[in-house]
Amino acid sequence: MLVQFYNVSKVYPKGKALDDISLKIDRGEFVFLMGPSGAGKSTIIKMMFREEEPTRGQIFIAERSLVRMKRSDVPRVRRGMGIVFQDFKLLERKTVYENVAFAMEVVSAPHREIKARVPEVLRMVGLEDKENSFPGELSGGEQQRVGIARALANQPLLLIADEPTGNLDIDTSLEILDLLIDINRKGTTIIMATHDRELVKAARKRVILLDKGKVAADYAPGEYLVC
Amino acid sequence: MLKNIWYFCREAVKSMARNHLLSLATISTVAICILILGMAVLATLNASHLITRLESDLEIMSYLDKDLTADQASEVKQALEAIPGVESVRFVSREEALQYLQDSFGEDRYNLEETMGKNPLPDGYEIKALDPHQVPVIAQQVEQVAGIERVNYGKEMVNNLFLATKWVRVLSMAFIVLLSLGAIFLIATTIRLAIFSRRKEIYLMKLIGSTDWFVRWPFFIEGILLGTAGSLIAILLLAVGYETLIGSIQSVPFVPVLSNRALLIEVYAGLVMVGALLGVLGTYISLNRFLDV
Repeated sequence: MLVQFYNVSKVYPKGKALDDISLKIDRGEFVFLMGPSGAGKSTIIKMMFREEEPTRGQIFIAERSLVRMKRSDVPRVRRGMGIVFQDFKLLERKTVYENVAFAMEVVSAPHREIKARVPEVLRMVGLEDKENSFPGELSGGEQQRVGIARALANQPLLLIADEPTGNLDIDTSLEILDLLIDINRKGTTIIMATHDRELVKAARKRVILLDKGKVAADYAPGEYLVC
Repeated sequence: MLKNIWYFCREAVKSMARNHLLSLATISTVAICILILGMAVLATLNASHLITRLESDLEIMSYLDKDLTADQASEVKQALEAIPGVESVRFVSREEALQYLQDSFGEDRYNLEETMGKNPLPDGYEIKALDPHQVPVIAQQVEQVAGIERVNYGKEMVNNLFLATKWVRVLSMAFIVLLSLGAIFLIATTIRLAIFSRRKEIYLMKLIGSTDWFVRWPFFIEGILLGTAGSLIAILLLAVGYETLIGSIQSVPFVPVLSNRALLIEVYAGLVMVGALLGVLGTYISLNRFLDV
């Protein structure tokens, strides 16, 4: 198992965000986290890369417990993941190439590896001809492709996408979805939070439906179509 | 690691160029702080230089019984020299003492010898202590020596001087410490603005898996560079100003100014290091808050 949550609860000062959640995600899966705003999608995602810690319960990523983990061990766990954000979080003053290289530089990847890997991931997301553009010169869909390329740069086991299509129109969203499915087919586990039903129906993947901090339903691939 | 150092330095320089206005503000802040700090240090050094001079002028004057023979007088001298802490003992004849008195009254206005008919002063020994602070203790022991009639070391003056020097030193240290704290917080504030403008980048770095130190280093290097640059400007101004001051004061007699080159260079070098350190401390204080991702 790549991701395991056991009876995880999270209480914020303003209220309960997660209420006794248990879930397992296997290596190689593509899983949607669905649910209305405030259902707990973001909290689950933040816990996976340990931006937040659970109030109660246990979390394992690749058989490593994230609870009471030493601060100095957190970077190693994060290096095994790639994160894609709704608002892309690209650095405006860096070119497309530099934005992707940045992810490798900050984990001290060798220079030669960076030079080989960045064009490779840019080719994977179909932006090989935009290396020297700045994010401001790209469309929303292209910017998210840069975000995905950056998340893939360090060859993560797990790619976590938090509403990656939230800022994009439906056609562009489907393109991004196709790209993610393609990446998943090559072996990367993907967890994607979204509230776009059409997208989820089109994908025919496993869907974990969250409501009020609990798992309301867990649909196997293809099952969600009937809803 | 070498590759990382290169990366850190490049990032530091890039960040300074990107936020050039903030960098300039930080450099000015450091420069002003170090300038004031430097002036305080120089003033303190001069004060203690002056105090040391005053202290080393301290001496014990002992007067001999008038009926002592020359042999007895030299026995007294040996006894005085045997007192621990005594640096030197010098014989002052009554003629010399009178001459000294005469000199201090001014030349020909009064002729003391004529006025008084005969020299009323006794022979004596002028005693210097190795450590000026031992003067009162030594004076007590001098009083015990047989053949000494009276001892004088300006008790009141000495005690006041020691009290004054103690306060000057304590107060100036407190002043310098307060100034340094003020400088650190000013720098922390300026650097916090620089970090704040890059918080998105820091957040990203942390989520991608950078270690805290990897994020910190470029900022520390930036802090060191800005601190050093600011303090170099301050030292330049301070050195030019102080040299000019020495030049114009040294012609005035009786005002001892510290002009020991080696010591001054040490002070300037120390201030540059303090500037760099202020930069590092300011960065450290500002940075930790943003690393908590």
